Amino acid sequence: MPRIQLDHVTVEFPVFNAATRSLKNRILNTVVGASIGKRDGHVVVRGLDDVSLTISDGDRIGLVGHNGAGKTTLLRLLSGIYTPTVGSATIDGECVSLINTTLGIDPEATGRENIRLRAAMMGMTRAEIRERSEEIAEFSGLGEFLDMPFRTYSTGMQLRLAFAASTSISPEILIMDEWLSTGDEDFMEKANTRLRDIVSATNILVLASHSRSLLLENCQRVIWLEHGKFRMDGPAREVADAYFHRPEAASLRPIGGR
Amino acid sequence: MSPSSAGALKEAFDDIREAFARIHIATIFGWQDVAQRYRRSRIGAFWLTINMGVMIGALGVIFGTLFRTPLTDFLPFICAGVIIWGFLSTCINEGCASFIEAGGVILQVRMPLFIHIMRVLWRNTIILGHNLIILPVVLLAVGKYPGMAVFLVLPGFLLVVFNVGWIMLVLAVVCTRFRDMTQVAQNFMQVLFYATPIVWMPSSLPQSSVSSVLELNPFYHLISLVRDPLLGQVPETMDWMIGVVLAIVGWAFALVFFGRYRRRVPYWL
Repeated sequence: MPRIQLDHVTVEFPVFNAATRSLKNRILNTVVGASIGKRDGHVVVRGLDDVSLTISDGDRIGLVGHNGAGKTTLLRLLSGIYTPTVGSATIDGECVSLINTTLGIDPEATGRENIRLRAAMMGMTRAEIRERSEEIAEFSGLGEFLDMPFRTYSTGMQLRLAFAASTSISPEILIMDEWLSTGDEDFMEKANTRLRDIVSATNILVLASHSRSLLLENCQRVIWLEHGKFRMDGPAREVADAYFHRPEAASLRPIGGR
Repeated sequence: MSPSSAGALKEAFDDIREAFARIHIATIFGWQDVAQRYRRSRIGAFWLTINMGVMIGALGVIFGTLFRTPLTDFLPFICAGVIIWGFLSTCINEGCASFIEAGGVILQVRMPLFIHIMRVLWRNTIILGHNLIILPVVLLAVGKYPGMAVFLVLPGFLLVVFNVGWIMLVLAVVCTRFRDMTQVAQNFMQVLFYATPIVWMPSSLPQSSVSSVLELNPFYHLISLVRDPLLGQVPETMDWMIGVVLAIVGWAFALVFFGRYRRRVPYWL
């Protein structure tokens, strides 16, 4: 059964500049005997600071927090890309992140070829790629454009293809950063239905968003991240109310909202 | 948090085993890299072959004259040597940047890191296949026929790939952390090109200590494992032994090293 467990996890990044990325400088420093504090010259940034979290099957988790609060770090940790510097992370289940839907796409290749590339990037097996290619092609609604190079597409068409190929999956754990943009209007409805289907079919959803309505619609629990720590973790409405009505949020709230 | 040696080994093994289970990702994208060259140009990757052919012709005439070696011997020698060296050095040079170039993927999709090494290996194997067509042309031109020994090229090439694989893996990790290492590795390969008998024959060395120094160059043995069969000779037992020992020792080191630092790679990107 899909499950995620974080146990007192801390994630620290080394931030290298040109000098600390250089082996030559590193050796020179050691030889010259620079002071110990400076020898490992790079700055360490703490992306997550002693967080613990259990996500079980069926959970729909929302993530809020302003830029730099650690949302991306947490999403990468939950996708199994970062390993904790301290503490332990257990991620049971096949995990797919729908963050960059154009990853793997080659602008020079045709639509059909890109479906294959994108599907491989999503982690499909050879057999699955063969099976789903036709369905993806059809869903994209691009018709004979599928045999033209991707770079000749309009932005809307590019989005369609990337969307169709990226959403032809049913992962156990789904990770999203905001709702996927779904291109032009006639495609939007079809695309939203499909995305909603995937979201409801997945065992675990983790959705980072700045949109209150999106979070309330999809999540039953929301975590508010601040400076790499959980400032609040609780029922969606409660946390969203606290987060979106905090004094500093008033000035940040988009005009009109969503 | 660095895993213990046993833990490191297991982590490295798991990564590589999983990479083989999903080898189609490496072949699809490796093929795509080559296909890109075909999109805007009809002869695509054969441009590389043409470049290499011109280089082989020029080097053959220049060094053949310089060393006073008959072209009928020298041209096939330099041709086979430059082709296989091209594979080896490009793999190693591109291997350095394989994690850096795949940074976007590594930071977004959980995927065994060794896949990115396999992609570079596969791409260069396809290009090697293109370049290899120069050899029969040269052999035909000088009227040589390699004979049955040519089939030994398969085990020889496999052994070379095994060795190139661990070198790439180690360099990919090191170069992700220390970006200037890519330049160091490239310079090193440039020097090795001249220090290894590729554009000169071992027989043109003065008989003495110099040729025993040559025996210490592992790349000489690796090259011979592929070049000798292509020219119709059976590689020496010494070549096989060095190739096998190097692969075993190299992989043992690479697995522990990779296992130890694998988790850090995404943080270094």
